Amino acid sequence: MLSGLRMPGISVTDLQFAYPGSPFRLRVQELEVAEGSSLALLGPSGAGKTTLLRLMSGLVEPEKGTVKLGDQTLTGMSETQRRAFRLSQIGLIFQDFALLDYLTVEENILLPQRFRGTRTVSPAGLELAERLGIRPHWNKLASRLSQGERQRVAIARALAHQPRFLFADEPTASLDAARREIVMDLLLDYTREHQACLVMVTHDTDVIPRFPQQARVEDFTS
Amino acid sequence: MIAPCLQLAWRYVARHRLQTLLLAGALALVTALPLCLRVLVQATEVAMQDRAISTPQLLGARGSALDLVLTALYFKRQPLPAIPMHHLAEIRAAKLGDCIPLDVRFHAQEAPIIGTEIEYFRFRGLNLASGTMMTRLGDCVMGARLASQHGLKPGDAIFSTQEQVFDLAGVYPLKMRITGVLAANGSPDDDAVFVDLKTTWLISGLAHGHDEVATTRDAVLKQEDGNTVANASVRMYNEVTEKNLGTFHFHGDNGEYPLSAIVIVPKDAKAEALLAGRYLKDKSPVQLIRPREEFEKLMSTLFEMQTLALGVLTVTLGAALAIAALVFALSFRLRQREFATLGDLGISPGALILTKSFEVGIIGGAGLVMAGVITLLVQINAHAWVRLMLA
Repeated sequence: MLSGLRMPGISVTDLQFAYPGSPFRLRVQELEVAEGSSLALLGPSGAGKTTLLRLMSGLVEPEKGTVKLGDQTLTGMSETQRRAFRLSQIGLIFQDFALLDYLTVEENILLPQRFRGTRTVSPAGLELAERLGIRPHWNKLASRLSQGERQRVAIARALAHQPRFLFADEPTASLDAARREIVMDLLLDYTREHQACLVMVTHDTDVIPRFPQQARVEDFTS
Repeated sequence: MIAPCLQLAWRYVARHRLQTLLLAGALALVTALPLCLRVLVQATEVAMQDRAISTPQLLGARGSALDLVLTALYFKRQPLPAIPMHHLAEIRAAKLGDCIPLDVRFHAQEAPIIGTEIEYFRFRGLNLASGTMMTRLGDCVMGARLASQHGLKPGDAIFSTQEQVFDLAGVYPLKMRITGVLAANGSPDDDAVFVDLKTTWLISGLAHGHDEVATTRDAVLKQEDGNTVANASVRMYNEVTEKNLGTFHFHGDNGEYPLSAIVIVPKDAKAEALLAGRYLKDKSPVQLIRPREEFEKLMSTLFEMQTLALGVLTVTLGAALAIAALVFALSFRLRQREFATLGDLGISPGALILTKSFEVGIIGGAGLVMAGVITLLVQINAHAWVRLMLA
């Protein structure tokens, strides 16, 4: 590796995808996100931002093309390998938070790690919870949380196992301005400090300027 | 992988306690019902068997043999005609075995009053726990459970219950003196009041005691053919005391006095066959039965009913399991989004199947534990419940 050059963390090449029976078509010739950098996916509702995010994180298989995360080619992996890779290397923040209502905040945050054999939240995870302001709700059931609290728990769950790749679908949508700033600081700091890659879908005009890289999804669709 | 799957399943089940309890309870009931039915039938068999086997022959009015068995052995009052006392004398005269007369027609505080002879206590192996045996007319001995239920002890008194409110013959409740309480023996004897045969005839009005008519001139209504007819001023006694004991007397032919049944213990097999042959005639107003055979007939009917009930319950169990499977399938379908999220996070399909299996297992297991507890409770109480049923 040459000094001063940034290695591509996420690399998408010649990607094609279409939903069966739908005229919607996604074509990405080339898209790269460097290690320690972040990309904002922009575009109107229904433009295919979430679809692209799911393709990049390996949740959906493309018809054609390559998705590389670090030195791993996601598109060449089996379903089992992709799952194992997601569990250890990827942090996902869903649009609807996707928390399990019958689990506590702690159990929700620890959920993916439990399946990797970890029994307790790491000190880094606890510090993260502190920064997100969810420590006071630690033993509360997810069903008893407000929308904003749920969103912060979803962010904590995505970051707790210190993933190398972060995919977030509008993580600041339910937050007030102050919380939004905290969350954005957290995500961008994390990306920088851990040399991770962040790909985030957002409509929020206040946060878009904070991303060094932006992509309009309508440029990739037909 | 097992621990997180089990934890996830447990947390879901624990969070939805009411639904879990309802489902597990329904499964428990349909599982426990056939088991409880078997337990109860077995307890009934055990409760009835000993008494039927230990009573070789029974003489009673012709009609339902089962009614006769229920009356004479289990003191369940049935609409059974009485047989005259002379049958007892006839069997005794034939010297073919021991005979124990029984008169099971009256009640005291819902408990049957059994008119019999002292021989009955030896025959059933009944011993006194306190007090003494009845010594004279109007005395009674209480069954253990009955005495304890009503807090009665030797020296107390108990009234016979008037069988008919409008009894023109003037059969009044008799105040009986309790002389003893029997030791419990786990049979219908524990729930009965035992009196001398003559006391039941006294209750029925065949005997009575009253003021001396000859010395109470105002009480005489008329004298005719050597008989004295008294008026209503003559005091009838409803209690036998040492003082009025001598005034009690019987009317009519004592060979015609009623009995409900006679327990016969033949001296040998030949005597048993001779006795059976003696009452075979169709036109005879009495019948001689072997309680054991009647019990076996009853049990075979009971087993047929049990088989039928078990069949119905098995179908119900199948239907309940099918409904439970449907409930689980619908629940998993409703939670499809949740399982998809777990899959997105990277949790394997195998782990998800294991989590679902644990949920089914926990609820099914809870149902089985509840069924076990229900069955155990029924097993513990079966004997008492059957006794109550037979009392």
